[in-house]
Amino acid sequence: MVPILEVKNLRTQYKTESGLVKAVDGVSYYINEQEIVGVVGESGCGKSVTQLSVMRLINSPGEIVGGEILFEGQNLLQFKANGPEMRRIRGAKISMVFQEPMTSLNPVLTIGQQLIEILEVHLGMSRKNARQRVIEMLDLVGIPGASSRIDDYPHNFSGGMRQRVMIAMALLCNPKLIIADEPTTALDVTTQAQLFELMKSMVERFKSSLVIVTHNLGIVARYAHRIYIMYAGRIVEEGSCKEIFRNPRHPYTIGLLKSVPRLDDQEGKRLVPIEGMPPDLIQMPSTCAFLPRCSYSIEQCRVEPWPELRKVEGTKHYVRCYLKTEAWEQCRSHSATT
Amino acid sequence: MLNYIIKRAVLTVVVLFIVSFITFSLIHILPGDPAAAMLGDQATMEEIEALRHELWLDRPFFVQYGHWLSNALQGDFGKSIMYRVPVSEIIAERLPVTLYLSFLSLILSTFIGIGAGIICAIRRGSLIDQIVSVVANAGVAVPIFWLGLLGIYVFGFTLEWLPLQGWTSPFDDFLKSSKQALMPVICLSVTGSSIITRQTRSSLLEVIRQDYIRTAWAKGMGEPRVVFKHALKNALIPVVTLVGLQLRVLVGGAVLTETVFNIPGMGRLLVDGALAKDFLIVQAGVLLIAVMVSLANLITDISHGWLDPRIRYD
Ligand SMILES: Nc1ncnc2c1ncn2[C@@H]1O[C@H](COP(=O)(O)OP(=O)(O)O)[C@@H](O)[C@H]1O
Ligand SMILES: [Mg+2]
Repeated sequence: MVPILEVKNLRTQYKTESGLVKAVDGVSYYINEQEIVGVVGESGCGKSVTQLSVMRLINSPGEIVGGEILFEGQNLLQFKANGPEMRRIRGAKISMVFQEPMTSLNPVLTIGQQLIEILEVHLGMSRKNARQRVIEMLDLVGIPGASSRIDDYPHNFSGGMRQRVMIAMALLCNPKLIIADEPTTALDVTTQAQLFELMKSMVERFKSSLVIVTHNLGIVARYAHRIYIMYAGRIVEEGSCKEIFRNPRHPYTIGLLKSVPRLDDQEGKRLVPIEGMPPDLIQMPSTCAFLPRCSYSIEQCRVEPWPELRKVEGTKHYVRCYLKTEAWEQCRSHSATT
Repeated sequence: MLNYIIKRAVLTVVVLFIVSFITFSLIHILPGDPAAAMLGDQATMEEIEALRHELWLDRPFFVQYGHWLSNALQGDFGKSIMYRVPVSEIIAERLPVTLYLSFLSLILSTFIGIGAGIICAIRRGSLIDQIVSVVANAGVAVPIFWLGLLGIYVFGFTLEWLPLQGWTSPFDDFLKSSKQALMPVICLSVTGSSIITRQTRSSLLEVIRQDYIRTAWAKGMGEPRVVFKHALKNALIPVVTLVGLQLRVLVGGAVLTETVFNIPGMGRLLVDGALAKDFLIVQAGVLLIAVMVSLANLITDISHGWLDPRIRYD
């Protein structure tokens, strides 16, 4: 299968007063057609910067300094950030649902004014037809009374409803890829579940691919086909959803699993957050960035540089760790007893 | 919305009532007898008494105030001592001059200010941004009086491009009127356009960093649409407040420019009236200014509501 998006060795940096922040440092991943992919990691590990880089929405002081972003056979990095080629892709072929439903919609424009223009600009539709289509789409994402709510302003909507509007916005041009960057973080659990169900059914209906970015591994368990685990601006593990949950390989992934409530948990089981802090992205060691927080490290981890992402023999599972199979098993059994 | 306007209008009337009372009392609290002051040293007791009677100064304070207010409401502000004609007639002659100049300069400073602010914000850090910012900073600080004199000296006296001073109605001789009005209007606009430029620039820069602007880019919108449709309306909310304030600043500016350029407007009238202790003129002028400022406030508030749907009128 040919992936619709392939990111190779992406590097994005921020020039700050305290130094160069390597927010994304050599990230490679791909998204297949109609695939739902989870990108998971603690806050600050570079998930959003990666996605914004794909959209070419990195603003100064940030800069994409290397890599390739292949979409429909073209490297998006060859285009000007706000040039005509990127504008034709954004919102039409790749669209994004942002984290903050409260601030991501323009407070002084009606929902209609913000959605109709997408169809006008990308598809050249007349205002009247575009309006009709927007109403249908709002209806489809479950906004009651869409034909009158279209003329309301964002502050007339609840957080969950606003995020539905964002989802409708993302779907309007029937994009190949939708990137949802922590779309439900600010919302309550019931609303979260409803929105994910909605997104899943929508991408199936529109035959789009979906990237779900989250810091909560539990969320992607139900929806993602494949998962990337990010740590300190890099991908440390990749595998199918099943593989990641049944056979997590990286001690960081195992830590994430322990710190997340799971549906099959017995009641009263304690959640264990990963000890320690993520590393400073300005002064990264050459050894594994997770080493200071890792309880299973071996001599090799301390002396040799952080290994590349490597395939685990006989699986479709990739991991960036020196530990051997026996050690992983030990890690996991340890985790089961906590 | 209509309710809100009615409420605001009632409030405005109350404010104007208070302003009228304060203005009226101030003139009467000031030491010295206005009648005596107006007539000068040579006046006899009888003349002063006669004037006091004519001006109702020999009645109790509240009777005087009631009399003045009820007349004022009918457009009768009494007869000026200085000019010996009804104050309303003088104002009818002077007010259009000031309104004309102020209106032109308000339009000019709003357009220049918003335009320059937008350019600076979207070309932040460029040469043009730096130049405009320096000019705007200087423009805020420069005294209008000094600027007017400099203009007269350079363009009127040395280069002889423009008349030194004076006023002609645009209906009598449009070209001459425009030449005469050019420098006063520019002087009146310098402060305003500088302030509006700085505010537009900074609030647009602030807005451009917001999440909803990123959303607009993420939808594939081009820069003109992002700036003019998505950012500007948000950025203009504080600018509208400033434009409203600018109307008040123009009142002060009118006094100075009209003096420097010898223009027979309200500003000059107020100064002359105050110097001549023609309190009827001062009272009428201050009341009129209060009315205009209140109207400006009302318009500002309504524009806010139009720009920002989050404002609720209740
Ligand atoms: N505008 C910025 N200026 C400086 N550093 C930034 C900026 N945006 C992001 N970063 C850096 O990039 C890192 C990754 O950020 P981000 O991708 O937003 O994390 P997350 O995984 O929570 O989405 C952060 O730790 C931060 O240090
Ligand atoms: Mg993020």
